Amino acid sequence: MSMDATHRIELYGVTISAGDAWRRVPLVSGIVGMLGVVASVALGRGEAADQLYFSWLVAFLFFLSIALGAMFFVLVHFVCRAGWGVAVRRLSENVMATVPLFAALFVPVAAGMHHLFHWTDAEAVAHDALLQSKAPYLNTSFFFVRAAVYFTCWTVIALVYYRGSCRQDDSGDESITRRLTARSGPAIVLYAVTVSFAAIDWIMSLDPHWYSTIFGVYYFSGALVGTFSFTVLIAVALRRAGYLRHAVTVEHFHDLGKLLFAFSLFWAYIAFSQFFLIWYANLPEETVWYMRRLEGSWKALTIVLALGHFAVPFFFLMSRTIKRHRGLLVIGAIWMLLIHLLDIYWLVMPVLHAHGVRPALLDLTTLVGIGGLFFALFGWLLTRRALVPMRDPRLMESLSLENF
Amino acid sequence: MLARFAGPREIYGACQKVREAGYTKWDAHTPFPVHGLERAMGLKASKLPWIVLVLGLGGAAGAMLFQWWVSAVAYPLVISGKPLFSWPAFVPVTFEVGILCGALGAVVGMLALNQLPTLYHPLFNSKKFDRVTDDQFFISIESWDPKFDAEETSELLRRIGAIEVELVDH
Repeated sequence: MSMDATHRIELYGVTISAGDAWRRVPLVSGIVGMLGVVASVALGRGEAADQLYFSWLVAFLFFLSIALGAMFFVLVHFVCRAGWGVAVRRLSENVMATVPLFAALFVPVAAGMHHLFHWTDAEAVAHDALLQSKAPYLNTSFFFVRAAVYFTCWTVIALVYYRGSCRQDDSGDESITRRLTARSGPAIVLYAVTVSFAAIDWIMSLDPHWYSTIFGVYYFSGALVGTFSFTVLIAVALRRAGYLRHAVTVEHFHDLGKLLFAFSLFWAYIAFSQFFLIWYANLPEETVWYMRRLEGSWKALTIVLALGHFAVPFFFLMSRTIKRHRGLLVIGAIWMLLIHLLDIYWLVMPVLHAHGVRPALLDLTTLVGIGGLFFALFGWLLTRRALVPMRDPRLMESLSLENF
Repeated sequence: MLARFAGPREIYGACQKVREAGYTKWDAHTPFPVHGLERAMGLKASKLPWIVLVLGLGGAAGAMLFQWWVSAVAYPLVISGKPLFSWPAFVPVTFEVGILCGALGAVVGMLALNQLPTLYHPLFNSKKFDRVTDDQFFISIESWDPKFDAEETSELLRRIGAIEVELVDH
């Protein structure tokens, strides 16, 4: 091994040290998560079952979107042979690798499908011509087959890219990068199809009469906002704890901020495109979805969402100074993460509470539950490996990144 | 006054020293972008982003206003039963005009801030300067710089590593 390589491993092969607070994350967060799940189950008995399943779905979709967003970010690195982001790629790889957990967290969604999805009600379908014609797609067995396909695809992609990157840490074999690059094209196509259909199955079909052909992209655009916010927050937290100081610089934060800015605008573009066509065509079976969200207290939430997810970040994150200031970028990231959660809530909850916003304790407990388990697994993955893909052939390119 | 330097490293150091000496009307010319040179020269951040922002927002606002005036004031016409001022219908045009104005502002603003097109510049009277696009590195200091003095400036440039110094004709 050359001097250079030894030096490189010393500098960038840093793992979370024993005794560091991050080492306790898996256990503490796991316990908190379990308590959240237990509390949710306890609170969600009897009458509250509907609320339990809808709240669970919101929390599930929120954290899943962060993991799926990270998967896209990792894949895009290979598709574009991107150099700049290698120093932060390991963080996203760890987030991406939590995807198998969501297969387990999907079980309550499957169990509660009769509470969530109107189209599972055979009685209702029998009296509904539209649902009957959609039955070849919207039926229970095909729904499960599709879910199995999504989770299989995501798990395979996550494992291939996570393990490939880890193996390169050990061997320094550059052919791994070439192999992962060659597979990234097909992987990203598979990703696009599965994420789109998952969004259709798990969110759009809550309102089975309604349809929007852009819906998959809508969920995807929010997922990217979620994952970039999360990455910024984790990177800042790790730097605070004394890690990544040689690797992740203000230039990387600047670029993550740019992506956060770009995807909040992309979300606005997609959200408006969806709204615009439906508003203009004014067909009853399409407008009903927006009617519900533009009445009573839901209207207030819609306005908050439009301003908070578009106008606020547009002016706040536009400035170079803000993106390069860690404290201000953190404020932006927290804001975007919360507004992304609101976005998911706004997609799902009006189906249950048609006449107005009704916050419930279960919204909180399910978030703590799923979030806790997600963060526990993420924390465990984070402590297992170096925080930077230390022998990636493009690491040096990433470390010398500069924005002009 | 034109001074030739050996390479990127030399010109980087020289730029810092010219700046420290207090010159303001001067420039560096290199055959390829030298990273960090703008910091060595002490250049301030460009005003261009502000021009683009103002023009972009102005264009968008103007487009929305114009559509409102056309559809609700000058020629009120009910289209598919919607209100006269149906703002969502105007968003695509507003967006596009905003982008157009921002983009034109970026191009025209860039040219204006660079004082382009400049049809004549005395530097091109120097035969040696031709090689700036090939393999040579130069610093030029204008004779109308308040600190300019033919002898002193020439000596400074030599002291900070210039290989040759030339006073270029107007």
